[in-house]
Amino acid sequence: MDFTVVAKNIDFLILQGLLGFGNFVGGTFRLAIPAIVLGFILGIFIGLARLARTPWIRIPAMVYVEFFRGVPLVMVIFWFWFIIPLLLRVPLPEYGVALTAFVVFEAAYLGEIVRAGIQSVARGQAEAAMSTGLTPAQTMGYVILPQALRNMIPALVTQFIVLFKDTSLASIIGYVDLTKAAEIVNNREIRPFELYLFIAVVYWLCTYSMSRYARYLERRLTPG
Amino acid sequence: MTYQFDWSVLWTGQSGEWLLQGILTTLGISTLAWLLAAALGTVSGALRTVPFAPLRALATCYVEFFRNVPLLVWMFFWYFAVPPLLPGPLQDWLFNHGAEFWAGMFALGVYHGARFSEMIRSGIQSIPKTQFEAALSTGLTTAQTYRFVIIPIALRLIIPPIANESLNLLKNSSVALTISVTELTFQTRQIETYTARAFEALTAGTVIYLALCLGIATLMTKIERRFALPGMIGRVASAEH
Repeated sequence: MDFTVVAKNIDFLILQGLLGFGNFVGGTFRLAIPAIVLGFILGIFIGLARLARTPWIRIPAMVYVEFFRGVPLVMVIFWFWFIIPLLLRVPLPEYGVALTAFVVFEAAYLGEIVRAGIQSVARGQAEAAMSTGLTPAQTMGYVILPQALRNMIPALVTQFIVLFKDTSLASIIGYVDLTKAAEIVNNREIRPFELYLFIAVVYWLCTYSMSRYARYLERRLTPG
Repeated sequence: MTYQFDWSVLWTGQSGEWLLQGILTTLGISTLAWLLAAALGTVSGALRTVPFAPLRALATCYVEFFRNVPLLVWMFFWYFAVPPLLPGPLQDWLFNHGAEFWAGMFALGVYHGARFSEMIRSGIQSIPKTQFEAALSTGLTTAQTYRFVIIPIALRLIIPPIANESLNLLKNSSVALTISVTELTFQTRQIETYTARAFEALTAGTVIYLALCLGIATLMTKIERRFALPGMIGRVASAEH
């Protein structure tokens, strides 16, 4: 056991690997935060589409969700890794590939959260809003969504934890996140036990504090 | 886009053999890991509800540490970091018998065991306390109460979330490709490398995963219906991440 290897490389591991400041376009947070924001925006559309009355809006959204929930994330990352250059005729950097893959994949899960959030708003709310003369779009925008968003917050934080852990898979295509940073340092120093244990603790500190926060939110936001 | 499809790459040469072997490895590693996860999850989930605080704390540490760290990190940990610490003969045996498979299986089992544990705990906690008291008052010991009354009911209550999590385990077995376990995703990539046919190879892998997931989900729904306890559906809060 020689944990000086961690101390010697702490700048690279934390600044480059976890946060994304350094020579590489990388960083766990730099991938996780845009991915959840963009994934959530796409997820709102998918969640709304799943609740649509028109079958040709509802069924494609359902197929989208079921498809991505039935395929491993690793597979989705490889799809984008191989297919984007084929379609665009230009190689895309790892960051672009990883971000696209995560947004598309997470949107399926986030869409389900949005759908559950909307369904958790009492039906009478929509009826009351419509009866005051609001259009269906206004009812959704001003009455249902604001309440649904509040109900979704704990589930969203939980999904962010899942996404945060999943970003480690971006290292497979060479994106320099915390896991890849540890791999790079390990290739030079050959200290797998110290390095992998260290990043496990770093991941744990981030996710555990987030999950405590999710639990706190859940308690505070539960009505009654 | 003028891409010429050539689906024959999936059955000419060694591709078919690779895919078949990939499916078998995926199913093999997932089954073994599932058994390990079920054992660890049941024991630690039960321990988290016992009155004796040190045991509860031990189980909590296991669950909170293992499920909050990415599976990929655990794969690297169990494959690169742990074997060098093992005694010599065991190390030799491991490297002669596919160390990556066992490390991957162990990583997958221990990680999902922690996630199963949370579901089993919430299953146990959803059983009314009076059941426990009634069992004790008939003269059963605490261990017997768990073995004969609490665990059997809890296991039946949690079939739906466990079914869902089992599918996650199957999908997560793809992460084992990072330590060169020759499972389905690994073989898909191998076909891509040999034939330079990314689209066909990935389609084959994706379709197989979808079929496996759909097949298992259908089977689980049947099991769920067979074992459902009337009037107790929906008592278990859906487990978190």
